[in-house]
Amino acid sequence: MRIPVSWLREFAPVPPEESGRDIADRLVRSGLEVETVTSVGGAVAGPLVVGHVQSVEELTEFKKPIRFCTVTVGADHGHPDTPGERGIICGATNFAPGDLVVIALPGSVLPGDFTIASRKTYGRISDGMICSEEELGLGEDHDGIMVLPPGTAQPGDPAGPILGLGEEVLDIAVTPDRGYALSIRGVAREAATAYGVEFTDPGLELGELPIPDKSAAPHECVSEDLTACDLLTLRTIVGFDPSAPTPIWMRRRLTACGMRSIGLAVDVTNYVMLETGQPLHAFDLDRLQGAVRARPAKSGERLETLDHVDRELSPADLVIADDRGAIGLAGTMGGLTTEIDGSSTAIALEAAHFEPRQVARISRRHKLSSEASRRFERGVDRSLPPYASARAAQLLIEFGGGQYRGMTAVEAPVDPIVIPLDPNLPGEVGGLALDEVTIETQLREVGCEVERAGAVLQVLPPTWRPDLTDPYDLVEEVLRLIGYDKIPSQLPSIPAQHGLSMGHRIRRRVGLSLAGGGYTETPAYPFIGTDELDGLGIPVDDARRRLVRLANPLSDKQPYLRTSLLPGLIATARRNVSRGAEDIALFEQGVVFFAGEQRADAAPRPDVADRPSDSELADLDDLLPHQPRHVSVLLTGAKEPAGWWGAARPASWADAVAAARLVATAVGVDLEVTSGVNAPFHPGRCAVLRNGDAVVGYAGELHPKVVERCDLPDRTAAMELDLDVLIDQAQDIVPAPDIQTMPVAKEDIALIVGEDTPAQDLAAAVAEGAGDLLESIRLFDEYTGEQVGVGRKSLAFSLRFRAPDRTLTAEEVTEAREAAVAKAVERFGAVLRS
Amino acid sequence: MSAPNKDFDPVAAEALSEESVAAAVVAAEEAFASANDLDELKAARLDHAGDRSPLALANREIGALPPSAKAEAGKRVGQARQQVKQSLAARQAILEIARDERVLAEESVDVTKPFDRDPIGGRHPLSTIQERMADIFVAMGYDVVDGPEVESEWHNFDALNLGPDHPARSMQDTFFVESADSGMVLRTHTSPVQIRTMLRQPPPIYMIAPGRVFRADELDATHTPVFSQIEGLAVDRGITMAHLKGTLDHFASALFGEGIVTRLRPSYFPFTEPSAELDLQCFVCRGESIGRSDPSCRTCGSEGWIEWGGCGMVNPRVLAACGIDSAEYRGFAFGMGLERTLMFRHGITDMRDMVEGDVRFTKPFGLEV
Repeated sequence: MRIPVSWLREFAPVPPEESGRDIADRLVRSGLEVETVTSVGGAVAGPLVVGHVQSVEELTEFKKPIRFCTVTVGADHGHPDTPGERGIICGATNFAPGDLVVIALPGSVLPGDFTIASRKTYGRISDGMICSEEELGLGEDHDGIMVLPPGTAQPGDPAGPILGLGEEVLDIAVTPDRGYALSIRGVAREAATAYGVEFTDPGLELGELPIPDKSAAPHECVSEDLTACDLLTLRTIVGFDPSAPTPIWMRRRLTACGMRSIGLAVDVTNYVMLETGQPLHAFDLDRLQGAVRARPAKSGERLETLDHVDRELSPADLVIADDRGAIGLAGTMGGLTTEIDGSSTAIALEAAHFEPRQVARISRRHKLSSEASRRFERGVDRSLPPYASARAAQLLIEFGGGQYRGMTAVEAPVDPIVIPLDPNLPGEVGGLALDEVTIETQLREVGCEVERAGAVLQVLPPTWRPDLTDPYDLVEEVLRLIGYDKIPSQLPSIPAQHGLSMGHRIRRRVGLSLAGGGYTETPAYPFIGTDELDGLGIPVDDARRRLVRLANPLSDKQPYLRTSLLPGLIATARRNVSRGAEDIALFEQGVVFFAGEQRADAAPRPDVADRPSDSELADLDDLLPHQPRHVSVLLTGAKEPAGWWGAARPASWADAVAAARLVATAVGVDLEVTSGVNAPFHPGRCAVLRNGDAVVGYAGELHPKVVERCDLPDRTAAMELDLDVLIDQAQDIVPAPDIQTMPVAKEDIALIVGEDTPAQDLAAAVAEGAGDLLESIRLFDEYTGEQVGVGRKSLAFSLRFRAPDRTLTAEEVTEAREAAVAKAVERFGAVLRS
Repeated sequence: MSAPNKDFDPVAAEALSEESVAAAVVAAEEAFASANDLDELKAARLDHAGDRSPLALANREIGALPPSAKAEAGKRVGQARQQVKQSLAARQAILEIARDERVLAEESVDVTKPFDRDPIGGRHPLSTIQERMADIFVAMGYDVVDGPEVESEWHNFDALNLGPDHPARSMQDTFFVESADSGMVLRTHTSPVQIRTMLRQPPPIYMIAPGRVFRADELDATHTPVFSQIEGLAVDRGITMAHLKGTLDHFASALFGEGIVTRLRPSYFPFTEPSAELDLQCFVCRGESIGRSDPSCRTCGSEGWIEWGGCGMVNPRVLAACGIDSAEYRGFAFGMGLERTLMFRHGITDMRDMVEGDVRFTKPFGLEV
């Protein structure tokens, strides 16, 4: 809402020395969000004067219309050679001799740092400029020269004050609870309270209008739904002059408020709406047939609104209609067929009160937000319609002639809401001492009537504050008017708690471990498309195709929520590669989404007046997709770069598996690795990661086709784990190991086995054979080649033996070692390499 | 030991003369002194202190002396050998030190060579700021709570006093889950975690919920459709707005420096009543720059305050929807954006830097906690 300061001052006599900024600061402190303070035509510097067009000479020798105009500009502003007059070249044609226009005299500076000077052009001396609104920075109306209504001023008068140049305008972002601030009236009232000056109410000051001729009855109106439209008024004006211009001051204010001047009748309705907050609609009376009625729309009924959109209505819509059908969407927008235009001489002026939610629903269903709907859905003063329409009728008669015929109205009785307020509550909520007198004073400032009734105050909010409905609303009013800066700063005393949960501690550890292990965290958006899953080669029946789809995605290419972190990491890796990175190791911890069963029935919507039952809450949770937290890495290039120490070590499947083990270590769980096949991995280089029996993820090198389709560097490797499952398995208390201090005996063995034999299984057999004396086993070498034969490999293990209670004898160690080899021979046909 | 020398030999006894012994000592000391390294010293030792050295040989002569002369000669040779031994040890020590120094010098390397064979990564500042904030509240006695990112409309809106026709509901550019009546959205704020917590446990409640939220805005320098918030909630007997202010002041000083405070401005949120906008005192100029254009404060635009978030007292209707008796309990809630916090805290000028995952952006934040 844009508020010209002069308009505000009409109703709130703020001290004249207070600037727009000062007023804005006061309003901000009382809770209005003033976003900017600007000044009208801010960049214009004089001399600007009113000119009277004397004569217009058409210069015909040019390809476009060029006119040499003689303009009287007052005794003090004429050219030395032509006292009181100036000759000006102008290309616009929308004015004629006799018109009042705005002249920028030489020396004026217009927006864009455009200095006007006397210059020779088209063979004449042009001694100034005849201005358009756009050139003055007043508006975007570049239809032509700005012509002032006759009698506005005398030639030579300074044009600045007439145009309102330099006027400060506050732009306020109005929160949904403060519908009243969508008006000069509402903001002026706040300003008056903030400055402690007396407020003059423009809404309620005007009485009834005299009706000169009572022989003809005013047009009828009816409300068929007194809940949705509990007040409907219609004033009739005939004999209106459709050619009457809008006075310049009204145009100036409309423009300052960001509205275009359209014609007197519409301008007046807009002007009164801005001033009072009451939306009004003017119908062309001659185009109406029968009474104006508020009623639910009929099924299949259609209406073309003023924005030229043909709309299909539903019985849930409330319309304004005449005998022929809908002529307006209630509280939202009028219809085209009954629109006021340049020939309308009879006007039916509608002012009504609609139920806010009704208008909100209409506005939402038709995706149509208007100046009217914005006000109605936030709540408009219910007492306002007859006053606002009287004000509008008066302006229409004053500036457009015409005769007032009277008003018809229907109204449903409404019970005023009286709010009982415990006078201790504002102080208790604010945490400060507040006496009852202060509370009552502040509530009266807001416009409330306050009465003491026993231990409580009975508070009747003013009609313009429909947002005040319960005691806490009143508490807020009292506290904000006292000032939030009066609220002390105090810490509550909080009962002792347990600190971070295990899950949170583990998530931190996982992040720190991966970062320490060389991975950089890059959280991605969770939006994906099926193209990306196709690129990964995810099969059609894979769980990762159980996608949650958004109804209104940002991009039609990515309408789904991710079921894997890999598409995000791949896109991020590609972006880094495109920016010149070569060695990349990324990780993300984030949520993925697996769709549940499709529901046949509509989603539950428990009442919010009280706690829903446990079964209702369970129902709500059943709606939601499965949303586990995953952790994933992706790496390419060198894991260890080349340097003075030697060659680079390329990132590989082994790093991806190691990253998974790093995560498992950080979580504190075991991870078993077996080989397997799973998209998007290389079928021969894919590790299945298990905790116990549960598969918790995969790691390995990406399939070469995936690498190609995703435009990634060769041999890119990745890993993804279900972190939530791992965290569930984490132990809170780690049992301490039993440290043995007897001497250790070390033995190395090399076993030749078939090349398909998994190292882990061979190690397990060796360990099993070695028995209880084995302390540890570690693979330290792998060899393939001539010495072991085709299709064979040699795996070398170092074994450490130790007994808890004695030094092992050579015989014991040899026996254990031989048993270890024997088990490998038995299980895998291993041959001991000598 | 030699047998008594029955055949006295005056020539052989010459070796035991005072002069001879002294000369042998001098010769030995000179030889040691001229040894330049341990190998030369070893040779000199064999010559002058070994079994065949003059003094060793002289020593053998003692047995042949008449008993009356034995004591004197023995003493002389013994002292001489002792002196030679000490000289040798001294020289040995010096040369060992020299050798050690030489070896260490030879082993010296250029320690300025970078050893970046195991590059470390970095955590995203969104993660670390979240943890830093959580730690401040954990220290005050708050629990850290998570909630689902795909959330029911009931938790995201209805229970927060944002009924189906509430105008604030259309203010939010909500991502809806298909189909239209699925009843699910991508949560537009972390406030539904408040609801879940209040439904799960009775007061007293002191919790914070950091997490990702979603609004259907296009990505640009100052907007992102996916961003992060941290939400705080306290519900207890006797909670006041002063407690809210005190908590926010403490939070601000813990995160931005001792003495930094917050300011509340009246505002509107459906889920709080009274509601306030939350401003942070500028931690760079501390308000010194207000009204100054030269030099102006780049962090607060010389306003002295930085818009940080929203807060208020929990609307009794929200408590009611969670089954909490508002006659007995009151609460406060607050929330702020993490991206925005990072932007002014670290001087990040473009939102996209936090979104695109360029490792050059994240790495400088390293392992900061």
